[in-house]
Amino acid sequence: MERKGKIRVLIAKPGLDSHDRGAKIVARSLRDAGMEVIYTGLRQTPEQIAETALQEDVDVIGLSILSGAHKALFPRIMELVKKKGLTDVMVFAGGIIPKEDIPEMKKLGISQIFGPGTPTETIVRFVFDNAPERT
Amino acid sequence: MTKIDEIAQGVLAGDRRKTARAITIIENKLTEAQRLIGSIFPHTGKAFIIGITGPGGSGKSTLIEKIIREYRQRGKTVGVIAVDPTSPFTGGAFLGDRIRMQDLSTDQGVFIRSMATRNYPGGIARATKDAVKILDASGKDVVIVETVGAGQSEVDIIKVAQTIVVLFAPGLGDEIQAIKAGIMEIGDIFVVNKADRENADKATMDIQAMLQLNNKEKKWKSPVLKTIALTGEGVPELIDEIEKHKFFLEKEIERKRSREKAEAELVEAIREKVASSIIVELKREGTLEEFLQKILEKKMDPDSIAEKLLHKKFGKPVQKR
Repeated sequence: MERKGKIRVLIAKPGLDSHDRGAKIVARSLRDAGMEVIYTGLRQTPEQIAETALQEDVDVIGLSILSGAHKALFPRIMELVKKKGLTDVMVFAGGIIPKEDIPEMKKLGISQIFGPGTPTETIVRFVFDNAPERT
Repeated sequence: MTKIDEIAQGVLAGDRRKTARAITIIENKLTEAQRLIGSIFPHTGKAFIIGITGPGGSGKSTLIEKIIREYRQRGKTVGVIAVDPTSPFTGGAFLGDRIRMQDLSTDQGVFIRSMATRNYPGGIARATKDAVKILDASGKDVVIVETVGAGQSEVDIIKVAQTIVVLFAPGLGDEIQAIKAGIMEIGDIFVVNKADRENADKATMDIQAMLQLNNKEKKWKSPVLKTIALTGEGVPELIDEIEKHKFFLEKEIERKRSREKAEAELVEAIREKVASSIIVELKREGTLEEFLQKILEKKMDPDSIAEKLLHKKFGKPVQKR
């Protein structure tokens, strides 16, 4: 890895769903790929996620959602992330997000959305290739 | 203004984004880190620094969450550096300490930062000490450092914290035996967490027994407290004890300073009195001119003259240093 520092990733679980197996597997895969992964735990508000990303100065945020509330929560998260000045952070998402919602989510500034069955290597590769290089 | 100056100013102004960025620089870029620390250093030293250490699973993160709440209630702002280990095989790290503290993440008086050891030994990261300085300079009243799950050799926290709290949980009986050479020696305050569990009293007694020897020669007698981090029971008492230790340290520093000051004053007084009494004598005897002449003629040097006069006055030769 030709970077000056480690890639720092926040894996966050917005909203009220209570299953985080997927989030933990992604977190573990990124860790095993040499990244520093911060996990928020369950049931986070958009405020908590944006503020945690700020304090931890992460390069990447991964949002995991299964509850179907992405259309309510993701816009708010992206708004707060930008408001806090985290303009160079790359955001990706995963979980249960219907195909027809994906364009709308991408329009918010979410770089990629990974559905069920995505191999972890695909996610790791994507994060490696798209994590912003810090100056 | 350079980027580093801008970040340093942001830290001093309490800007959270700049503070977070500063810690990243400390972790990643050595030369810039030095400049950054150099410019914030004059503004450090205001925060009180607490180290929380103990074996994995003893409840450090959960207890810290309650400690933060208690300090917030007492009107203090709090910074936290939570250290977790880096995998020596992959270089990656899973930083999960803040999961227990997430409810406090939106409190503007609290700043929590997770940090990986990056294979630095000793229970903290290389950057931890400087990250504490950043949080100190950003205006936090209290900075808490959570070490990795610690045992015998993870004692580097003593280089960072002013008060060290060592945490145990019941059921670690034999492990306490095993770690008595390590973190047992660095604790200012000992806590048996999960005190609602069976064997909590036994664990408390085990620690007390071991401390009896340690405490004997020490001015500060490390107390053993009981807490239940999940409910917060015992936490106000713990903070009171931490504050007591802080007061003790301040008194110690004050005492040391008063002693140093007294010593300096005494040395100065002796110097003054002895010198002036000898000079007065020389003037009275009229020998001052004589000695000065000898120096000018390079027949004697001032040092030898002074020694000669000293012998004359006090009778016996003084040991030369």
